[in-house]
Amino acid sequence: MLILDCPYCGIRADETELAPGGEAHLTRVGPEGSDAAFESYLFDRKNPKGVHFERWRHAAGCGKWFHAARNTVTLEVYGTYPAQVTEPPKALLAAISKKVPGWEGWQ
Amino acid sequence: MSEAVSALGGATFEGYCILRDAGPTGMVTIRGDLGAAAFGKAVKKATGCALPKQREIVTNGGRRLAWMSPDELLLICDQGEAPGMAAALAETLKGQHALALDVSDARALFRLEGAGCREVIAKLSPANLAPGAFGPGEMRRTRLAQVAGAFHMPDESSVEIVVFRSVARYAFDLIANAARPGSEVGLFAPAP
Repeated sequence: MLILDCPYCGIRADETELAPGGEAHLTRVGPEGSDAAFESYLFDRKNPKGVHFERWRHAAGCGKWFHAARNTVTLEVYGTYPAQVTEPPKALLAAISKKVPGWEGWQ
Repeated sequence: MSEAVSALGGATFEGYCILRDAGPTGMVTIRGDLGAAAFGKAVKKATGCALPKQREIVTNGGRRLAWMSPDELLLICDQGEAPGMAAALAETLKGQHALALDVSDARALFRLEGAGCREVIAKLSPANLAPGAFGPGEMRRTRLAQVAGAFHMPDESSVEIVVFRSVARYAFDLIANAARPGSEVGLFAPAP
């Protein structure tokens, strides 16, 4: 079972307390964007085999959204961090790079 | 004025723990910036309770103030006191980006008493209820089977459970079923 540490209430929450929110760090395309860019924002997802950044909500707990970095192959969780950021923390990226040689980065 | 009644009108179930509807209870939800010094001061002034730390629940006489999320507190008090408390909080929080609302009618409060109370809750919730991981003084928001709920332990042999009033019957039956005689597991047997 997937277990994530909620960065807001500090609870080690299991999957049944959480609600998934899909891929993290998407940039919203507003009305000024082209149709192609908007379509890409709506539908194009990385769906990587390996390191994945996701949004999760501690739905049955404190109710807050947070981010999680985990591996879709090994199911290893690299860490969780608050949602008030536009990119993953540098320390976490460094830790992932160390663990996953040849990882192409989060972008 | 109409008379306030709790969701299940004081229902009781006696299994290997005793489950009771706690009767009419006052609850005030308070939202704001818990990190701001002015917020803590305003809450203390109105309720007499110190600002609880992460997941903490503090008691001041009949009032309990619980940490619910980084921007939310829940005040549990006497039923008659709640509207006044919400008004007093609104007054002391004036000028801040904060909110205090009497939610007594939207919630239900149950009390579960007995040596096996940890185990009864553990049957229903993914929360770690092992002594040492959870105990008196902590408010845990989690789920009880299929609904959201929160609970804390006033002492080692009782649990106070808060759920939404709309799911009060479901939650009560659920806990009663988990506490039915003969279903003891002996998970957290008290130390001899």
